[in-house]
Amino acid sequence: MKKFKKLVSVAVASAMVMAMAGCGATEAPAESSSAAADSGAAEVVSGEVFKIGGIGPITGGAAIYGTNVMNAAQMAVDEINAAGGVNGYQLALNFQDDEHDAEKAINAYNTVKDWGAQMIIGAVTSTPCIAVGEKTHEDNMFQITPSGSAVKCAQYDNAFQVCFSDPNQGAASAQYIGENNLATKVAVIYDSSDVYSSGIYESFVKGAEGQSFEIVAAEAFTADNKTDFSVQLQKAKEAGADLVFLPIYYQESALILTQANGMGYAPKWFSCDGMDGILGVENFDTALAEGVMLLTPFAADSEDQASKDFTAAYEAKYGETPNQFAADGYDAVYIIKAALESVNATPSMSVSELGDALKGVMTTISYDGVTGKGMTWQATGEVNKAPMAVVIKDGVYSAM
Amino acid sequence: MSFITYLINGISLGSVYALIALGYTMVYGIAKMLNFAHGDVIMVGGFTCYTICSTMGMHPLLGILVSVVVCTVLGITIEKIAYKPLRKASSPLAVLITAIGVSYFLQNIALLIFGANAKSFTSVVDMEAVKLADGEIVISGVTIVTIVSCIVIMIALMLFINKTKMGQAMLAVSEDKGAAQLMGINVNGTISLTFAIGSALAAIAGVLLCSAYPSLTPYTGSMPGIKAFVAAVFGGIGSIPGAFIGGILLGVIQIFSQAYINSQMADAIVFAVLIVVLLVKPTGLLGKNIQEKV
Repeated sequence: MKKFKKLVSVAVASAMVMAMAGCGATEAPAESSSAAADSGAAEVVSGEVFKIGGIGPITGGAAIYGTNVMNAAQMAVDEINAAGGVNGYQLALNFQDDEHDAEKAINAYNTVKDWGAQMIIGAVTSTPCIAVGEKTHEDNMFQITPSGSAVKCAQYDNAFQVCFSDPNQGAASAQYIGENNLATKVAVIYDSSDVYSSGIYESFVKGAEGQSFEIVAAEAFTADNKTDFSVQLQKAKEAGADLVFLPIYYQESALILTQANGMGYAPKWFSCDGMDGILGVENFDTALAEGVMLLTPFAADSEDQASKDFTAAYEAKYGETPNQFAADGYDAVYIIKAALESVNATPSMSVSELGDALKGVMTTISYDGVTGKGMTWQATGEVNKAPMAVVIKDGVYSAM
Repeated sequence: MSFITYLINGISLGSVYALIALGYTMVYGIAKMLNFAHGDVIMVGGFTCYTICSTMGMHPLLGILVSVVVCTVLGITIEKIAYKPLRKASSPLAVLITAIGVSYFLQNIALLIFGANAKSFTSVVDMEAVKLADGEIVISGVTIVTIVSCIVIMIALMLFINKTKMGQAMLAVSEDKGAAQLMGINVNGTISLTFAIGSALAAIAGVLLCSAYPSLTPYTGSMPGIKAFVAAVFGGIGSIPGAFIGGILLGVIQIFSQAYINSQMADAIVFAVLIVVLLVKPTGLLGKNIQEKV
């Protein structure tokens, strides 16, 4: 009896250990990745180049974001180098995998720092980006995140964002839904264990005050419980929501759309940039995503000339349509170029000298990119630009 | 009305847990070891079926069949290579740690072969959803199939163990390996058979899990595996009806706490219930109190 008790307690203890291991495991390593990531690094040894370190998920659940940023950033670097570089110096990019994991992002940062990186593009996703931000702040290294949208991603003066911040996205979504009279009753399903998702949710609630709709249900899930959404959907359905707002990433969104379809619930869907990538989920029935609206600064089929050129170049080089993250990554490199040029920087400047010079000039420059025209930056690191909504129509993102 | 929908959702989730828990509990009951790689065998089953059905475009039935075969072979191989040499190790922890190792090994192999991007699994169940009460209650086809197959498998397992010679041999091995061997029972063969059955169940559980929640990654099996282990302990590990009841209860408690208490607190509530049950009945709901003989 005693022995059995002991065994059970050992078993339960190990179950807890396994549960924790399970959480971490979602972002566990893939050996195959390093080769792919390394190939992003140009073979440059001499000191007379600007070295840019890139950090983002090349493998793992958010891999679509990281690979798009990596590809587009590399494309921008190649373009700039072919056109004569920055201030007469070439650029080199070394992009490392963080698997959308804060701890691995620090490893990636240390790797690019050892390589000699003078500036950082990344991290691509919010949680790792915050972790990297602490390190770049210590080193006073200039950091620009293409798509890390949490406010804390740019909490220090050396960090800037290309994308909208979460409060921006949440408030802009609420405003968009209200002004276009998309719904009267709105439900929100969000991931309470994720800083990106809960950040947007909070600002959405604030932004919804005074709008023409009301939030009738706000249901959360956590990283450990992200397979079954029946309860959340049922509650939204019962509350009579005619629009469901999903400030979450595309993998869970794919499951939610499938399960809603299974239970015969067909509200309008509205989401933010995390939804970008849903059409790339292998074997996913894209018909389910038909009519999904998302707020994103970039649409591949946009009539805008800069976007058209970028999309064509990206498709020619990588054989797939770029998403918003690619556009963010592409812009990030050109923003660095603009900033470097305006301070006449040289590669011989130290990391900290570059950091001081660049963060000083960022608030004064204005940049026209594929993710927005006339982008300017506040001292807080947040970007000012106009949001744009796209809708999924016939299996592609179309401007609304 | 929503109460019934929640109940059905809970039973549906619970029957997936129960299916996985059956495998856990069988292996524990007979080989007296916790096979933490069980959740990952489920994932292998899911990927095998995905490869056959979605990538190669074969019939779903063939997919299920092949994944059952693959998982059975895998289960026996794991037992022979990783667990059998450690069966006589002085500490039961040795084989437990090995099982965790096997679990990570399988996950990383799957990562290497299939990559980390989630795949959308096409349901193998081609059955219309049942609509009751003017469409207020919708029970999806896969829910019905999961619940029915869980009950059928549980009954078949109990019949097998209690009515067949092989099953009796399993019981004998579980009670006393040494004595069973003296009575002419092939202990190694019996344990292999246990793993074979457990892994075959894992394959079916994997296919049904992915049909119900159609997102397939190398980590698909780990969280359901943990929950199912909890379900097995909850119901009394080693007991087959216990695993079934534990699984269903776990699913229902989880869904109800999401629905009526707080959607963020579900896991905390599930585990709190587990602690209370273990405090009151340390062997679980249907666990047997076995007196240690001196």
